[in-house]
Amino acid sequence: MFDNLSLLGLAPFLNVQLLLDGLFIGSIFALAAYGLALVWGVMNVKNLAQGDFVIMGGYIAYVLAEWGIHPIFGLPVAIVVMFAFGWAVYRLVISRVVERDLFTSLLATFGIAIVVQQVLNRIFGPEVKTAESGFAIRSILGDQVTVADIKFVSFVLAALLATALVLFMRNSRMGQAIRATAQDARAAKVMGIDTDRVYAFTFSLNAAICGAAGVLISMIWVIQPYFGISYSIRSFVIVVAAGLGNLPGVIVAGLGLGVAEQYSGFVLGAEFQQATVVGLLVAVLVWRQIQQNRYRQVVQ
Amino acid sequence: MTLAARQQLLHGVVLVCGIAAPFLFPNYTLQVSILWIMILFALTWDLLGGQMGYNSLGNILFFGAGMYTCAIVQIGLYYDVGDYTSAFGAVKVDFTSEQYFTGLILGLIAAAVFSAILAVVFGWIVFGLRGPYFAIGTLGVAIAAGELVSAWGWVGGGGGIAMPTYQGDPDTRAQIYYFLCLISAVATFLFLKWLYSTSFGLAINAIRDDEEKAESMGIHTKRYKTVAWSISAFFLGISGALFGNMIGFIEPLEVAFPTVTFGIFMVLMALLGGKGTLWGPILGATLFHVIKEVTWIHLLGWQWVALGLLIIVNVVYFQQGILGWAQDKWPEFFGIKVDPGSATDEAARRAAE
Repeated sequence: MFDNLSLLGLAPFLNVQLLLDGLFIGSIFALAAYGLALVWGVMNVKNLAQGDFVIMGGYIAYVLAEWGIHPIFGLPVAIVVMFAFGWAVYRLVISRVVERDLFTSLLATFGIAIVVQQVLNRIFGPEVKTAESGFAIRSILGDQVTVADIKFVSFVLAALLATALVLFMRNSRMGQAIRATAQDARAAKVMGIDTDRVYAFTFSLNAAICGAAGVLISMIWVIQPYFGISYSIRSFVIVVAAGLGNLPGVIVAGLGLGVAEQYSGFVLGAEFQQATVVGLLVAVLVWRQIQQNRYRQVVQ
Repeated sequence: MTLAARQQLLHGVVLVCGIAAPFLFPNYTLQVSILWIMILFALTWDLLGGQMGYNSLGNILFFGAGMYTCAIVQIGLYYDVGDYTSAFGAVKVDFTSEQYFTGLILGLIAAAVFSAILAVVFGWIVFGLRGPYFAIGTLGVAIAAGELVSAWGWVGGGGGIAMPTYQGDPDTRAQIYYFLCLISAVATFLFLKWLYSTSFGLAINAIRDDEEKAESMGIHTKRYKTVAWSISAFFLGISGALFGNMIGFIEPLEVAFPTVTFGIFMVLMALLGGKGTLWGPILGATLFHVIKEVTWIHLLGWQWVALGLLIIVNVVYFQQGILGWAQDKWPEFFGIKVDPGSATDEAARRAAE
């Protein structure tokens, strides 16, 4: 099992390869996790359908690619379609669970996750799919490391999207309203902010972010109806590790998770990839708990 | 009829139906056996989710753990487990009747005890987590268990294990397992009924209502939580061992640790019937299982979509469940005394909303 570990020491370029791949994929994880942190922080809903929204976005790009449209144009399409989808889901389900206890929203979004993945499965079948971008694969560092152009492009796109989001949250009226609601929903209401509309917008925005992440995933990796849950768990790992409202933390944790997964996939074998993600989740939760215990002792 | 008499009658009717079922409908013995396991699932989930307020999404972990423990004991008593599993059932291995039953009984005991111990170990990890963190943490542990067992070659990995075969008549075998399932479900029910009537029941209800307050009143909350979880794990371990033997072939992802099927069914059944009530999970499990068995094949692949929709509708629009709703509507029938003052307060509060 650990033969590959010594291989890493012998061939240093492998490290570069794994690191690059990890960073490219991690940037997309960070994007989806940012959406989760947004919904979690603003409306206190833990969205277990996060990963399924990502996969939905991926299928939008796949369908466009099948129609002969380049999947990169799927980005605006997925953002618009998923925004509308998010709005509908909010009106039908989420608006009724926002004020309720936490488990209600968790289970309701889990139900949404099952519906989405099963409908996708009915439409597209359980085979893995990918949206062909047709970009070249180039070798760098004397043919030791290969980088697909599309991975680099998607990394740049993810960074651009994240920048646009930050600017939106900082400068626009809606962004300000969202931040105000996150700080204190009641006070925001008193100040004349329509919090219900803010919630609806936040949830739809999250769905749109997920959709965009899904488009990028479908171009650089594979998608499959049942892959959603692992993206949900990844988002949870990242958000719990980084803490809410900590954007730099989310980015670092996202990139770190991407790299950690690439390394564990290489060292332990691909069949342990899912177990690694879940194991990290448990580790992060335990670590948070130990931290809390220490805090409690200080208070005592 | 008084409340006690009504309860006696209900117990009697259910027990008579349960004992008569395999003789009246011999073709459905397996289905009804699974119904008893479903009832056990819903009851053990409700011990935490309903009575203690800890909504676990990973209780299925103990089902799988029990299943594998029992299999290892049954096989390991007479053969080398590694050799047995690497043959993938290709080599016909015979167990005499005596060997079979010794293995089964020891396996059931081992499954129950090991699952309970596992609950203590994992309880130490997850019970510091509250609310949604607990739900996600337990879900994570259960998924991880499935993945790890799939990669564990000694117990057959993803290929699974063909369980020892019973040499006798298949109908007798079905009836043996039917009654084992019936006994374990009834035992779970009676044990929980007794448990809820003790101070332990009050303590876990106090944890549900306000954990900080319960702790400050001197209740060792962590100890109570761990004990409650190991009780539920104990019975789940037995159910897993029985289910594995009944099906005859076990495999990590679909049979032993089915997080998205049985793992979610148990939550849904308890919610459907009414969580936090003794009979709610039983009612929910029966309704869910019967409806599922009748309609599943007619939905032509859309059944999982229907399941997801059912979860959403149940959680969002009908969270108190059937029994919870009935208790609200006719409290006297359930022996709940309604103080007229508080009732008018309640009515006034509802009107104000």
